Amino acid sequence: MEISRHWRLRKQRYALVGEVCPHCEAKLFPPRDICPECGQEARTTYNFSGRGEVYSYTTVYEPPAGYEENAPYTVALIKLEEGPIVTAQLTDLGDQPVEIGTPVEMVTRRLRQDGDERGMIVYGYKFRPVLARVSA
Amino acid sequence: MMSEVVIAGVGQTPVEEHWDKSLRELGLMALKAAVMDSGGLRPQALFVGNMFAPQLSRQAHLGALIADFAGLTGIEAATIEAGGASGGAALRAAYLAVASGAVDVAMALGVEKFSDVIGAKVDAALATGGDSDYEAVQGLTPTAQAALLMRRYLYEYEVPRQAFAGFPLIAHANGVNNPNAMFRKAISEEVYRQAGVVSDPLNLFDVAPLADGAAAVLLTRADLLPPGFPHRLVRIAASSMATDTLALHDRPDPLDFRAARLSVERACEKARITPAQVDLFELHDAYSIYAALSLEAAGYAERGQGWKLAQNGAEPAVVSLRGRLPISVLGGFKARGNPGGAAGIYQAVEATLQLRGEAGENQLPNVRRAMIQNLAGPASSAVTHLLEALDG
Repeated sequence: MEISRHWRLRKQRYALVGEVCPHCEAKLFPPRDICPECGQEARTTYNFSGRGEVYSYTTVYEPPAGYEENAPYTVALIKLEEGPIVTAQLTDLGDQPVEIGTPVEMVTRRLRQDGDERGMIVYGYKFRPVLARVSA
Repeated sequence: MMSEVVIAGVGQTPVEEHWDKSLRELGLMALKAAVMDSGGLRPQALFVGNMFAPQLSRQAHLGALIADFAGLTGIEAATIEAGGASGGAALRAAYLAVASGAVDVAMALGVEKFSDVIGAKVDAALATGGDSDYEAVQGLTPTAQAALLMRRYLYEYEVPRQAFAGFPLIAHANGVNNPNAMFRKAISEEVYRQAGVVSDPLNLFDVAPLADGAAAVLLTRADLLPPGFPHRLVRIAASSMATDTLALHDRPDPLDFRAARLSVERACEKARITPAQVDLFELHDAYSIYAALSLEAAGYAERGQGWKLAQNGAEPAVVSLRGRLPISVLGGFKARGNPGGAAGIYQAVEATLQLRGEAGENQLPNVRRAMIQNLAGPASSAVTHLLEALDG
């Protein structure tokens, strides 16, 4: 069931909480406690904006166990505006073609389901194309 | 002072779907073949390269399993796991055991059994080689990850999509003459062009097939070889391993296979050679994009230019059997097949056969030095060995 495992990551999965290095200002997501830029301890939390752009993308037709119901789905590398890259599914695409450079924003969606209707459902971040602003 | 380590014996099973053979039976076949090839040397230590047995065969503890099944109870034995580079890492463990003087004879045995489980469970097992919390949870598979790299490569370097055909064409042509290869049929550019998409832009021929197999290498010191040793002697001139971030997204430049580069630099430094002094390069062509990135990481091509080494022009392609730097000489991952944690040992077996002059129809003329490189995922781990024929 791995309940505690997913619970521990709730701030990352639901709110993109990473870290900022107090020594060199590097922004880190996922949090890693030792800054890869300067090698010093980095434990100051930092809230990422959730905005970024597509760095690369592909489609998964043969999903791993637990991901069958969404297949085929688009998975991407997203370059966040603060610098780090994250791996995430793209969602809410409609008929819109994805391209490298497409601006995207974070949303919370269902990631996977374990087993039958009684199985645990894991939620987390996905990214969708930035919605056009509706003018009043 | 480190002792000189020589390859006393090699053994392998065909790479295929071995429905009739278990993990331990495959392991024993390769182990026995290597012992016989050496003239009967008995290993004092066994290092098993394997990644998937705990997940796909519900079997961990392969050291005791295989030592026991081989009638070698009592010896030292353990699994070495480093994802897809488990075979290379097991070879390095065996090398260090002999080089250090800790044992006289060590065996590196790679074994993998995929075919007892099919479909989504295999894909879930494969995904455990990456970052479970931040990659696999998003439904990312190793194949999708290779596709992400290939798309970015095509975009950044403005490379034509068909450019990658060269790698599977060469691998399949070379696999024809390998009796242990999974695919022994050459393919054409047209076949490549029309192949179905696996994970865009990767097509079926950009992805090496996973299959069962076992391979073994027996290492010792030259002075311990049985009298009348019948093979040209091959030594391990250097062994090195390097790591990168586990997750691809944690790298400042995902198209730079840094661990691959570091492991080549370290191996060449130890052997006091440059990569240009290598006569063949068994690289990790689990995906055609990885072949290109490995050639670039090793310094054989500039960034974004690795694919050009697989293009035929007035001369045959540089990395073809008749080129200056042959790769995948007995089919590589693509045609021989990708037996997961055993693949790194297959590379060592195939390179040894070439250096001994025992490679059959695909024997290269005048080869003295081979580089073999085994990667895990997008080079999150990289193991490089230099093998050298000793003349005389």
